[in-house]
Amino acid sequence: MIRVELPYHLQTLAGVESEVTLTVDGVVTLESLLDALEARYPMLRGTIRDHVTGRRRPLVRFFACREDVSHDPPEAPLPEAIATGAEPFLIVGAIAGG
Amino acid sequence: MSAIRVLVGTRKGAFILSADGGRRNWSVEGPHFAGWEIYHLKGSPADPDRIYASQTSSWFGQVIQRSSDGGRTWEQPGPDHSGQVAPPGDEASPPVPQGESNKFAYDTSEETGRPLTTHQWYDGTQHPWEFTRVWHLEPSLTDPDVVYAGVEDAALFRTTDGGRSWNELAALRSHDTVAAWMPGAGGMCLHTILLDPKDPDRIFVAISAAGSFRTEDGGKSWKPINRGLRSDYMPDPTAEVGHCVHRLAMHPSNPGTLFMQKHWDVMRTDDAGDNWREVSDNLPSDFGFPIEVHAHEPETIFVVPIKSDSEHYPPEGKLRVYRSRTGGNEWQALTDGLPQKDCYVNVLRDAMAADSLDPCGIYFGTTGGQVYVSPDGGDRWSMIVRDLPAVLSVEVQTLP
Repeated sequence: MIRVELPYHLQTLAGVESEVTLTVDGVVTLESLLDALEARYPMLRGTIRDHVTGRRRPLVRFFACREDVSHDPPEAPLPEAIATGAEPFLIVGAIAGG
Repeated sequence: MSAIRVLVGTRKGAFILSADGGRRNWSVEGPHFAGWEIYHLKGSPADPDRIYASQTSSWFGQVIQRSSDGGRTWEQPGPDHSGQVAPPGDEASPPVPQGESNKFAYDTSEETGRPLTTHQWYDGTQHPWEFTRVWHLEPSLTDPDVVYAGVEDAALFRTTDGGRSWNELAALRSHDTVAAWMPGAGGMCLHTILLDPKDPDRIFVAISAAGSFRTEDGGKSWKPINRGLRSDYMPDPTAEVGHCVHRLAMHPSNPGTLFMQKHWDVMRTDDAGDNWREVSDNLPSDFGFPIEVHAHEPETIFVVPIKSDSEHYPPEGKLRVYRSRTGGNEWQALTDGLPQKDCYVNVLRDAMAADSLDPCGIYFGTTGGQVYVSPDGGDRWSMIVRDLPAVLSVEVQTLP
């Protein structure tokens, strides 16, 4: 089970608490994790990755095990601690407040 | 007895203000979509309980929300909250995955679209066309499932399935002047959509800073309608496009007459935009953003003068609505109930509206978070609410 922490605006949009849990079949990568997140919460499509290009939105960042993985290749495996749920995967608005 | 519902979009959510026809005792409900920018909400003239909202964020993009019960509950248009795809439909209404309601993809198809080109950037270079947000939603006058959306970078979209999916009317973006369109201070937004109640194929739009455009064939072709405008900040002040039009207004009984608040100048046309003339005359400043027409008097119009393009607040710190009963040129300051000292708020382009009661009520919201009402056509004003987030848009619904 994978744990994902969402920023506040996406929590309210999806109607969830800060952390959601997902199941991903196969290798856990940025791409497969986000695919699973959007499949479970389709109202989030377009809010993390651009609807048309599929690329990460510019002011969204991803963190895994205290490392910024925002610029990692989408198909790169995420750390084991993310895949097992020992650590949450963080989706963060690049600047707080506003 | 009639009732009034005022739909207020702000920097940090949406609010709904309600009153009976007397328009004195108001309830304030909200915020809906707390923390998100709500650029615009508007109800369907064909079904007032159907309301659409543009929820947007520089971080998380564009979301379209829809209510079918007058704003009490909201949903992203789709099959339901938990499912991924809509129920099977017929060929005319194929299933639409939930989440597609937020997708505004420029139509670049060979069949109906146009290639993505560039427009002029602030520094004069060319800049790629990029979708940012929906500025304005204009529901059809007759069908609650049909809505037009004006977006940044400038384009016109339409849904025919209640907001589940959106398709661009791409001919506008293919006009041979697009390389000369440029963003205003707020971005290159299509912010005004006027539907001609007497001719469903005629639509007027306005873009900052490109100007006004008209289609006579339901969006298949567009014509710039900017003759008579003069913008001294441009190398050619009377160019065909490039004018920073802030807002257009129309009275439904007379759709050939349009009123315009431009970056500077208040203008009118009586030939559907083919020729404009200035009607600013005795205004203390002819800079401003909104312009509105009285519901029952097609020649009575309202503006809120702002000091200048650099100082976005009322002249002399006095918040004054100006009314002309002659379709321009002869303007009267309306001050009763409005702050007449130390007031430095702005009123944005989509933040003024008129109800259709008799006497007509006029409403506007400010960047200071106040929403004002005049239940007597502008003579006397009172504050409905004073401490909302900065107001981006105000629409009013007159309910039976």
